[in-house]
Amino acid sequence: MSFLEQKAMVTEPFIVEENHNYVHESIWRLMFRKFMANKLAVIGAFLMIIIIGSALFAPWLAPQDPSKQVLLDKLSPPGEKYILGADILGRDTLSRLLYGARISLLVGFASVAGSIFIGTAVGAIAGYYGGTLDAVLMRIVDAVISFPSLFLLITLVTIFEPSVFTLIGVFAVFGWTGTARLVRGEFLSLRSSEFVLAAKTLGIRSSRIIFSHILPNAMGPIIVSATLGVGGVILAEAALSYLGLGIQPPTPSWGNMLQSAQNPQIMLGAWWYPLFPGFMILITVLAFNFIGDGLRDAFDPKISE
Amino acid sequence: MTTYIVRRILMAIPLLFLITIISFAMMQMAPGDPTALMMDPMIKKENLEAYKEANGLNDNVMVQYFRWLGNMVQGDFGYSLIRQGVPVSELLLARLPNTLLLMGVSSVIAFLISIPLGVISATKRNSLTDYSITFVSFLGIATPNFWIGLMLIMFTSVHMGWFPTGGVSTLGSPFSLWDRLHHLILPAFVLATADMAGLTRYSRSSMLEVLRQDYIRTAKANGFKNKTVIFKHGLRNGLIPIITILGLMLPSFIGGSVIVESIFAWPGIGLLFIDGAFQRDYPVIMAVVVIAATLVVIGNLLADVLYAIFDPRIEY
Repeated sequence: MSFLEQKAMVTEPFIVEENHNYVHESIWRLMFRKFMANKLAVIGAFLMIIIIGSALFAPWLAPQDPSKQVLLDKLSPPGEKYILGADILGRDTLSRLLYGARISLLVGFASVAGSIFIGTAVGAIAGYYGGTLDAVLMRIVDAVISFPSLFLLITLVTIFEPSVFTLIGVFAVFGWTGTARLVRGEFLSLRSSEFVLAAKTLGIRSSRIIFSHILPNAMGPIIVSATLGVGGVILAEAALSYLGLGIQPPTPSWGNMLQSAQNPQIMLGAWWYPLFPGFMILITVLAFNFIGDGLRDAFDPKISE
Repeated sequence: MTTYIVRRILMAIPLLFLITIISFAMMQMAPGDPTALMMDPMIKKENLEAYKEANGLNDNVMVQYFRWLGNMVQGDFGYSLIRQGVPVSELLLARLPNTLLLMGVSSVIAFLISIPLGVISATKRNSLTDYSITFVSFLGIATPNFWIGLMLIMFTSVHMGWFPTGGVSTLGSPFSLWDRLHHLILPAFVLATADMAGLTRYSRSSMLEVLRQDYIRTAKANGFKNKTVIFKHGLRNGLIPIITILGLMLPSFIGGSVIVESIFAWPGIGLLFIDGAFQRDYPVIMAVVVIAATLVVIGNLLADVLYAIFDPRIEY
């Protein structure tokens, strides 16, 4: 607001009020604008589009079949024939990275979708109804959170045999606790707000109040936690695959590509090989974190542009 | 305050119960028969049944759970399925000191690096230094620490030969402190990286909070040197919330130890766990999971209690 406008408001308040021409901007547009103003978030979104695009179009982008072995070319350095070199079995690293992106993103998105679903349901029920139900659900959350997640994941993966679906299931079933706490908090604070009271007075069913009145107001933090969650799952999947308890070869994943890098032949003669999968994990997780932080700021009404 | 601490400890007990129930339930889901590994496959069916009956394997699940819990409380974690006849508690006791040493040194490294970085970042807020530190922390949060470990082994150990590639000491050589330290540096550093980024961010925001206080302004107005204000007035108060982080860092240290110990072949609890997982040695897996979860509960308890002790403003 310029000085002149300010003065106009002070001297002629009524005129200003009558002629106001606020643009009625929808909340999502406002957030989009705030998000786009955040440089790191835009960089993150840009990186994510590239990563998702290359995962989707992997069959067309990959120069070679990711499982084609040319033993004569094993551990070729990056060059004309193999842009990022070849691995210990003579498979093209670039192609394997592209196909590995599919696995990482699939596990990341699918697990988070599952854990957000469970977490929101538990958090909404606990926060809305309160009382004993809340206490019991939150103690369960406390217990699940107390397990260092890696131990839990490894234990379950050994029981159920590692595969893409086991991993997604295990991440979904044990990744929901953070979301549950968050949603519960949102519901607790919104439960006693006027609009919920109004809805209750009108005799609207609880399920409808939960889904159409409170949940939309809690969407912001849920989306933020989902975004940050994808990065977390990708890191965890990579760690499990690195240990040999995640995605099993020959299916390429960034984690199991690094597992094969522990070979002394690679350590001594092909130092470039482990750089690429690690770099991909780093960039992908960084992108999700940037986007998550950008969304958090965009959803926070206290932070103005 | 004593009542608060006692109440807090009592609250942890049902949590520990739930943890043991979840662990036990997970093991019940494990496929296969435990006797299949222990017995001669040619054993007669009646004999197998008799063995199961005698060892309580046909008992009700609840009875089995309470027997397992009762034994565990007395320090009996059963026997390893793979290394037959070796009690799990013996394996744990042999490995625990190595893990504790690694975690202890790591937390010292994490604190020594992160707190100064956080303080510098906060006092030089919005400067190039602050932005660089923030950027590196962002990178640190997104970097898998097994990759850092792999890179360090490859470049500093294999190529430069500065450090050994793994183990606790040089095989066959007599005990020497230098040798032990030499083996400890890399794994401890890699384990520390898991928490360094978060800790730096945390100490930065904690310090910023303190520097905004009136007493800092008063101290500055009284003409104290900037250094005195930051380190004597600021840091002392800024450290209070950081202390509690110590307890909260325990889970990620315990989780991280699995990865770090397997990269560096460090014979601790984490490596025991991974080996157990590959060999489907369920009693070992079970024992480590319960111990790790218990340590996390104790860590959270410690964080709360420390906070109560160090921050007299909080009343209970």
